[in-house]
Amino acid sequence: MSNKKPKKVFVDGPISPDKIATSIANHQSKTNIGAHSIFLGQVRADEIEGKTVTAIEYSAYEEMADKAFHEIRESAFEKFDLTCSHIYHSLGTVKAGEICLFVFTSSAHRKAAIEACNYLVEEIKANVPVFGKELFEDETHQWKVNH
Amino acid sequence: MSNSVTVKYFGAIAEQTGISGETLELTHDLQNASQIKAYCIHKYNLNDQETIQVAINQELNDQGTVKEGDEIALLPPFAGG
Repeated sequence: MSNKKPKKVFVDGPISPDKIATSIANHQSKTNIGAHSIFLGQVRADEIEGKTVTAIEYSAYEEMADKAFHEIRESAFEKFDLTCSHIYHSLGTVKAGEICLFVFTSSAHRKAAIEACNYLVEEIKANVPVFGKELFEDETHQWKVNH
Repeated sequence: MSNSVTVKYFGAIAEQTGISGETLELTHDLQNASQIKAYCIHKYNLNDQETIQVAINQELNDQGTVKEGDEIALLPPFAGG
């Protein structure tokens, strides 16, 4: 499954529920699949020192991020018996309650799909140069850090 | 002859430098990633120095030697997802 072409991961703004539904529907013709696993990252309205996060503005070192996404995806195919995998991440402003990350793995059986999905999410959070500016309602901000 | 690299800034670092990138002339004292990082930290008085990572040509590399034409990036903590 290696030598796959790098796929476009970044989308402008939030990931729409329609995109997720369409993505699921697109796999109905692949009848060797027996299990899908989906992770959806949603912007949380954190309260920090009395102020509430209203949105996150995402930016990225896109050239490096595209390479990192590709490598992470390749390594998932090496580690797990996957039929396919998809990653979408937002750039720009995503409001609290909207989706900013969509990871979708499919396999013949549930275990590979679930484990690969988890692996991809953890790798993305740790190794992809995406930056998030948490915007508060009073127009101040702070920079998000993954833990 | 020009002997320079491109330096790019992102996120909280770009906010502090006020620019997204610049060209830097390689001198006797600016030959590797660690020296360039120290130079930029000093030039822009950057915060959270210990969290800054360096990439050379899109690969994390805090120590590597740089050469003419390389793209260096100063990266704040990652926050994807």
